[in-house]
Amino acid sequence: MDAVKNFFATRKGIIIVGLIIGILAPILQKLGNPPNMGICVACMERDIAGALGFHRASVVQYLRPEIIGFVLGAFLSAIALKEFRPRGGSAPFIRFILGVFAMIGALVFLGCPWRTLLRLAGGDGNAIFGLLGLVFGIWLGTRFLKAGYSLGRTQLSQSKAIGLGFPLLMFGLLILLLIDPQPEGEARGMLLFYSLKGPGSQHAPLFISLAVGLIIGILAQRSRFCTMGAFRDLILFKQGHLFSGIAALFVAAIITNIVLGQFNPGFEKQPIAHSMQLWNFLGMTLAGLAFALAGGCPGRQLFMAGEGDSDAAIFATGMIVGAAVAHNFGLASSPAGIGPNGAVATIIGLIICVIIGLTMRRR
Amino acid sequence: MAEIVDARGLSCPEPVLLTLEAIKRLDKGEIEILVDTDTSKENVSRAASSMGWSIEDISTEGTGYRIKIKKE
Repeated sequence: MDAVKNFFATRKGIIIVGLIIGILAPILQKLGNPPNMGICVACMERDIAGALGFHRASVVQYLRPEIIGFVLGAFLSAIALKEFRPRGGSAPFIRFILGVFAMIGALVFLGCPWRTLLRLAGGDGNAIFGLLGLVFGIWLGTRFLKAGYSLGRTQLSQSKAIGLGFPLLMFGLLILLLIDPQPEGEARGMLLFYSLKGPGSQHAPLFISLAVGLIIGILAQRSRFCTMGAFRDLILFKQGHLFSGIAALFVAAIITNIVLGQFNPGFEKQPIAHSMQLWNFLGMTLAGLAFALAGGCPGRQLFMAGEGDSDAAIFATGMIVGAAVAHNFGLASSPAGIGPNGAVATIIGLIICVIIGLTMRRR
Repeated sequence: MAEIVDARGLSCPEPVLLTLEAIKRLDKGEIEILVDTDTSKENVSRAASSMGWSIEDISTEGTGYRIKIKKE
């Protein structure tokens, strides 16, 4: 067991994990997921918010099994290797707010860091501005970290319940998805909302999505794969360990896209993307800063939640609520451009994140 | 006596930041770092090695780990 344990923490291990994710994501797209969205943690959580009716944007409603798989895969892996540690209590409400604004920023750009890489790997040039914004936001976060930023210590809990809550919620959603499938040609099951058109209607077969989610959840839990950490460690410590994982993901995704005929370079008419580059940049600046202040990209937060970290679960919940806010109040972008209130929300978010960065201190 | 860095309960990247601060402060000698997740254990060990410090010992302590690092 120990050999397995150590292998994924090595350079070779994380590169292999990156390659696997980089191959699986475009395949999910081939099997039905929306274009350049084989995996997008932000978009998929947004679709879950829609499936539950937290927002009613009719084109983005689907209870994405990949997200469920991420959490449950990480959970099973952590249990199997005795890394499950129920914990929480490190500034939960601040983490919730960071989750809300991380999602708002991501939906102004239209993608999480994973999708930023996948959009680039699909030829979407607009993602260059998103990537630059992401790196700038993370850089800002490292300035706060260097100055002593901290959300404080978490507490290990004697009670397993604190760590089981989020994995159990995901398991419950899985049951709901299985007993309440989309009725043919209808947008509503017994409870769940579905999309008849748009990204929410595009998805790979349920069990394939779930299986890929579980595989990635296990691998990412073992390797501590994190897209935000990749840039953060490079900037903060000149440490390229995590970065080699996302570099591998990117290379594998480009090659897989070319092989599958999904590589379409350009800026115009890119799928589920817009060309308002300032807001692509600033949206991801906001998201990157929020991820850095919360200590993980949205994927990593799900994997940590699976390991029993209830603070990460709160961040993920914040993102789902953020998606509802973004779609209910016109903050989310569409291929036509940013939403009517997207710009002001991004600026408010940046101000609030900077205030959090300045006020939460270790000493 | 070894310097002790208590990084238990802190989220990424704080355990590594605190370890690197101690390494900078001491230049050489012995440091013991307390962490409570496997992720932190790996990250701290990796960072210490990259600074030329050797990992002397990693022992479990409570639900976490005590990492001893050393530089002559």
